[in-house]
Amino acid sequence: MSFLDIRHLQKSFGAHRVVKDFTLGIDKGEFVSFLGPSGCGKTTVLRMVGGFEAPTSGAVSIDGRDVTALPANRRKIGMVFQSYALFPNLTVAENVGFGLKVAGQGKAEIARRVAEMLELIGLPQLGSRYPFQLSGGQQQRVALARALAPRPEVLLLDEPLSALDAKIRVSLRDEIRRIQRDLGITTIFVTHDQEEALSMSDRVVVMHQGVADQIGTPFEIYNRPATRFVAEFVGTLNLIDADLVDAAAGHIRLAGVPVTLDRASPGRAGERISLALRPETVTLGRGGGDIVLPGRIAEVHFLGPVIRVRVSVEGGGSIALDTFNQADRLPPLIGAPVDISMSHRDLLVLAA
Amino acid sequence: MTTITLSLPSARQPRQVLSWFGVAPFFLFALLFLILPTLNIVVGAFRNPQGQVTLENLGKLLSPSILSAFWISIELSLLTAVLGCLFGFLIAAAITLGGLPRPLRNAILTFSGVASNFAGVPLAFAFIATLGRLGFVTMLLRHWFGINLYGSGFNVVSFLGLALTYLYFQIPLMVLIITPALEGLRREWREAAESLGASGAQYWRMVALPVLWPSLLGTLALLFANAFGAVATAIALTGSSLSIAPIVLFAQIRGDVLNDPHLGYAIAFAMIVLTAIANCIYILLRMRAERWLK
Amino acid sequence: MTGRQLWSWLAVALGGLYFLLPLVGMFDFSMRMQRGVYSFQAYRVVLADPQFQQTFGYSVALALLTIILGILLVVPTAYFVRLRFPGLRPAIEFITLLPLVIPPIVIVFGYIRIYNTSSVLPLTGSWWGTNILLLCGYAVLSLPYMYRSVDTGLRTIDIASLTEAAQSLGAGWARILAVVILPNVFVSVLSGAFLTFAIVIGEYVFAALLNVNSFGPYMVWMGGNRAYEPSALAVVAFAITWACMGLIQLFTRFSKFSTARR
Ligand SMILES: Nc1ncnc2c1ncn2[C@@H]1O[C@H](COP(=O)(O)OP(=O)(O)OP(=O)(O)O)[C@@H](O)[C@H]1O
Ligand SMILES: [Mg+2]
Repeated sequence: MSFLDIRHLQKSFGAHRVVKDFTLGIDKGEFVSFLGPSGCGKTTVLRMVGGFEAPTSGAVSIDGRDVTALPANRRKIGMVFQSYALFPNLTVAENVGFGLKVAGQGKAEIARRVAEMLELIGLPQLGSRYPFQLSGGQQQRVALARALAPRPEVLLLDEPLSALDAKIRVSLRDEIRRIQRDLGITTIFVTHDQEEALSMSDRVVVMHQGVADQIGTPFEIYNRPATRFVAEFVGTLNLIDADLVDAAAGHIRLAGVPVTLDRASPGRAGERISLALRPETVTLGRGGGDIVLPGRIAEVHFLGPVIRVRVSVEGGGSIALDTFNQADRLPPLIGAPVDISMSHRDLLVLAA
Repeated sequence: MTTITLSLPSARQPRQVLSWFGVAPFFLFALLFLILPTLNIVVGAFRNPQGQVTLENLGKLLSPSILSAFWISIELSLLTAVLGCLFGFLIAAAITLGGLPRPLRNAILTFSGVASNFAGVPLAFAFIATLGRLGFVTMLLRHWFGINLYGSGFNVVSFLGLALTYLYFQIPLMVLIITPALEGLRREWREAAESLGASGAQYWRMVALPVLWPSLLGTLALLFANAFGAVATAIALTGSSLSIAPIVLFAQIRGDVLNDPHLGYAIAFAMIVLTAIANCIYILLRMRAERWLK
Repeated sequence: MTGRQLWSWLAVALGGLYFLLPLVGMFDFSMRMQRGVYSFQAYRVVLADPQFQQTFGYSVALALLTIILGILLVVPTAYFVRLRFPGLRPAIEFITLLPLVIPPIVIVFGYIRIYNTSSVLPLTGSWWGTNILLLCGYAVLSLPYMYRSVDTGLRTIDIASLTEAAQSLGAGWARILAVVILPNVFVSVLSGAFLTFAIVIGEYVFAALLNVNSFGPYMVWMGGNRAYEPSALAVVAFAITWACMGLIQLFTRFSKFSTARR
């Protein structure tokens, strides 16, 4: 049994079923992200784990204890909110010390722990400030310190970075991960930013309409998406139609070119199926793999480090691909004829 | 707190003089009909009829009858302000945090708007019709429960009756003012406190009440002034059988304007001072409570 | 959760009892003029009383004039302070709060001392003067409410842009205020106006001390001399207050609707 165990969690608001049979086990010290579009139920699951929302059915247990019926203030869970939610009437130090004071610890003990936490988040001099005197990034750090000060068993973060601007978001992201590793605290991190989820997490849960579509390491999620939704939601993707020639043997025709897949494909001969292909696995020119398709450059987007090129393939359809920018080479010209190449191993057959 | 920002006239809008004409009437009006009359009273309180500076008028305030009138007024205002705050707070908390249906909240807010303005003469009539000797509740208690309200010493024309009547506009005023403040308490604060192990009481003591403190104090001062200056309700309810400060002043103005206007000045001055003190206490406490807002 | 709900219902129920009983009592009493039967007799008597008609009409007229005076004073001021003199804000806020702090009876006492027959401006000496004084007094009483609602209204619109747009089309100040600003804060002005109406219509102290026979003193006189009519009057006054507040709600809702559609 995992350290944090979420079993068959369901939640309905009236007739509206928001979370449907959510099951997940998280190991001690693991960092798990919930990733999904707005309204898919991430926050609701998190709040049920935190004890702020009672599940319609299902159970949550921490370290073998069933906490489903326990009120939030007895669960030993730290929570960080998108809007920081620092207490405006307390100084930074009082905010961080709040959980300790409530637990009835002594003044000296609290002061020591507060200093330690402020050191941890890199704001040791700001203890006597009030929240309104801090920037958003500083406030969120303090909120993190406040959540961690009473040594919770689990840390829950609900989109802690979405209210911040891009630069701070990246630096704070690294800092949260560093602190989490240092303390070895079991963490759930909710986000709808895939880059955040992929870069920070040990495992990612991709949620869609109240269901965990896929649970896996960032590598698995990105490279082996289990459902069409996951494939489309995480990263950019080419969706290509192909004709199925022999399902069992994995023979298909892609833009008129015969291709053999690694695996058997679902469906029956003569059907059209969808294949997914990451832009970065396609090479401009030959030499990128066993499949070569002729075409013509349709669009060129210069994104800085990479150039995204869309090629209309002769056999029909178009494929986007990424090439690295090189200072001594001009981007391709629109209308120019090109070959593109790819490996059959990178083609993903999606469940419908 | 307010900060003073001076805006320089922008070059694009040269007709600055004209906009002074826009605000001048207001200031002239305020001067003539608010500031000067008040100042006149303040100055008058320190002058004798011959125009010499004196403390004699204020000394007359210390006569037992006037002193007791002020004392009753202060008690009445303080009591109804505190009770108004308390009950108003409970009702506001019930409709904001109590999980009551939304339409009920709106209905209560609308009613509070009406009730807080339903002061003065008609309100006194309503209470006489309800708690007077032949009033609705008096009769109800006698016929249905066998309780003789007036036999037990109650009288609507009394301190208690007046306090009950004042609460009718004090409570709704509190509800109107404190409801937005309660709605400004963010759900996340409560949840953050809970996740840190705080009980509901600890959350209220350490976060919610301190956050609400300035609004509570402000409303308390406002309710105090509100009750302290209420004359019409008191006169319509008690005639002049209950001697409270504004009624004494009323009688002074009516009767002795020519006799001893300077005693009137002194009473009016003392009334201003008391409401001003209430507000200064409020401002001071508020400044201390709001360190985290500056 | 259910425990909290229970307490909330209890608080609201007790509050409801306290607030509804006087209304029921007053209504009940007003219907008892004829022995043994419920009737509207008290209302009939009151409404037919020429004194009632005269004082009530007078108070309504005075309330309307107060509203007009209030708008003329407050709208330009609030507008120019927002647009041009933000530095005056604290002063204005202080002034508009004063009427809530200084008891009205003190203010009217000041009037009587300053504007009496032996002063430079003997307003209390003439019928016109007294009415003007009463009007100004009521405008002072309504200042806090008028100013607050208008200022709130101005905050929600971008007056700087509106003004510049109007100026660029060649409008002068009076026209900008009347044609551009006023319609945009109309609903806020109305809120202030209805509140003013509710306050002024039954006001007693100013009128009594300035010896004006308006609705307030009339009610007090009735209270001293009749038994059932005062309750009928109270019901009428309550209905007026209710109507004013209801209209405020109505217009506010209407404005939300119209801004949502914009
Ligand atoms: N208290 C509530 N009452 C009714 N419906 C709710 C409540 N809380 C959430 N919902 C609904 O549940 C669904 C999931 O909400 P949730 O907040 O979990 O989404 P989310 O994945 O966190 O979205 P976001 O990324 O926008 O934060 C939404 O459709 C929302 O409208
Ligand atoms: Mg959410």
